[in-house]
Amino acid sequence: MLEVQRLTTVFDVAGRVLRAVDDVSFEVRKGETLGLVGESGSGKSLTAYSILRLVQPPGRISSGRVLFEGRDLLALPEREMRKVRGAGIALIFQEPMTALNPVFTVGDQIAEAMLVHGLATRAGAKRRAVELLDAVRVAEPDRRVRDYPHQLSGGMRQRVLIAMALACRPSLVIADEPTTALDVTIQAQILDLLREMREAFDLSMLLISHDLGIIAGSADRIAVMYAGRLVEQGPVRDVFRSPAHPYTKALLASIPGGATGRRLKAIEGSVPPLTELPRGCAFAPRCPDALPQCQREPPMSTGIGPGHEVRCYLHDRQE
Amino acid sequence: MPLLDVRNLVKTFSRSRGWWGRPSVVRAVDSVSFSIEPGETFGLVGESGSGKTTTGRCILRLVEPTSGEVRFQDRDVLALSREELRRTRRDMQIVFQDPYSSLNPRMRARTIVEEPLVIHKLGTKTERRERVAELFRLVGLDPAHLDRYPHEFSGGQRQRIGLARALALNPSLIVADEPVSALDVSVQAQVINLLIDLQERLKLTYLFIAHDLRLVEHICDRVAVMYRGRILEMGHTAALFRSPAHAYTRALLSAIPVPDPDTRPTRIEWDASGLDLRLPLRQVDQGHWAATP
Repeated sequence: MLEVQRLTTVFDVAGRVLRAVDDVSFEVRKGETLGLVGESGSGKSLTAYSILRLVQPPGRISSGRVLFEGRDLLALPEREMRKVRGAGIALIFQEPMTALNPVFTVGDQIAEAMLVHGLATRAGAKRRAVELLDAVRVAEPDRRVRDYPHQLSGGMRQRVLIAMALACRPSLVIADEPTTALDVTIQAQILDLLREMREAFDLSMLLISHDLGIIAGSADRIAVMYAGRLVEQGPVRDVFRSPAHPYTKALLASIPGGATGRRLKAIEGSVPPLTELPRGCAFAPRCPDALPQCQREPPMSTGIGPGHEVRCYLHDRQE
Repeated sequence: MPLLDVRNLVKTFSRSRGWWGRPSVVRAVDSVSFSIEPGETFGLVGESGSGKTTTGRCILRLVEPTSGEVRFQDRDVLALSREELRRTRRDMQIVFQDPYSSLNPRMRARTIVEEPLVIHKLGTKTERRERVAELFRLVGLDPAHLDRYPHEFSGGQRQRIGLARALALNPSLIVADEPVSALDVSVQAQVINLLIDLQERLKLTYLFIAHDLRLVEHICDRVAVMYRGRILEMGHTAALFRSPAHAYTRALLSAIPVPDPDTRPTRIEWDASGLDLRLPLRQVDQGHWAATP
């Protein structure tokens, strides 16, 4: 379905080339949800923007391939790429308020993409907008379709964004922190809705989040990013039951609720800025188990189970 | 004696309905009562629009309450003159949610942390300088970075700066309004641990306002659940999480994400239609209250 191969996206800043997404490879299989997890600055959103070729200068994709339904998106002419955006791959943004245009009705915004892609007539698009609002469980869709974004609650706006994403019948949806700005109960509803939509619309999904706890119930597989690199990926059960990378372990331990005792298990220090990335493994300075070679050179990816890979010398050694 | 005692706090906002429409009145905080003992961490939870943030601001009189009583260190906060309020505020400070917008971007970290000392005319210039460096170390920041501007710090570091500023005047009560909700999970844990350490070292009392129930369960001794301006349930955190008495609390708790791929929580849908907001809190167990019939 989607295969990202050795994707590298860099920023050209002050004569230096900063690798914000560094040699990232993963795939999203048909009908599955891949959870892409990382902290701010890990490069997870930039990976999504790279897939859709929405990277703005001074950023640029410097190498790699993005195979979507058999074609390399990075080699497509912009004209073709425009057809892929929305109709092939749809993006759901994090901030439902800023992603919606305040001066158009919800219905117009859902219909717009269909009209742009020439997928429906004006009347047809209107009808379909109502159907889509109904599908994402907005009550009284034929009335809501005439509402403006400010008339809706945060949860409703997020539903509208999901309806917009589904409008052109994409086969892959990328959801970038779709629940971060929402209350707990709404968050749960939106995650349930995304799961339902995946079934109903036969979608594949790339779900991006900084919170492993939130996507545990939604993802089939998990990929963990740190400082631009994918440090571990595998089936969700394997990653949760036997996390292999010290960063994944630390991330899981920092989720409140799991640990006993009052103090939480924090990861000391912070993600290094792109300008100060260490030569070896980027997590080494914060890693409790770092070995001498971790400082020298980044580790290669090692398979440790079916579909479970990790980039860490601790596992290299055991091979 | 409780450090903070809030009785029947009410805050209404009137919303105009066009030019000729009669203004409608919204009860953002509706007869809220609770008290906090010295050294305690009291959690105020609820979703957006529940009134939890307004309650916190009313206590500090950053928003003037419509009616009710707020007693802090046995003083009637709502009856204080401007000058007395200024002095009382040294003992109660607030830490805001968004470390990106709550720090003045044109001020150096040093000035931000020093400002309360200057406003309250405390210490000489040299003493203040030393105190600011001490505060920086206290919250785990490097005093070598004191001359940096907010944008040069990460989100977690900015929240530490906000905390250093709040601690400058040696307060006894800190109102922490969603102090970590804008931060990554791993950074959240650092800031939460810092709050716990500071509480032990400085004997602080916290009013912890949050919507993330996982955090509340972790650090609060007692918790009150707010909905549409009312407290619907209040009790010791462990008891309330173990046996929630109100249907809304049960729905809220059932929405907490479970960090385990094999456990699908059974979600309880909240149906507000049968809710009677007029119901008073009644005791359901030792120290456990709920607005149930």
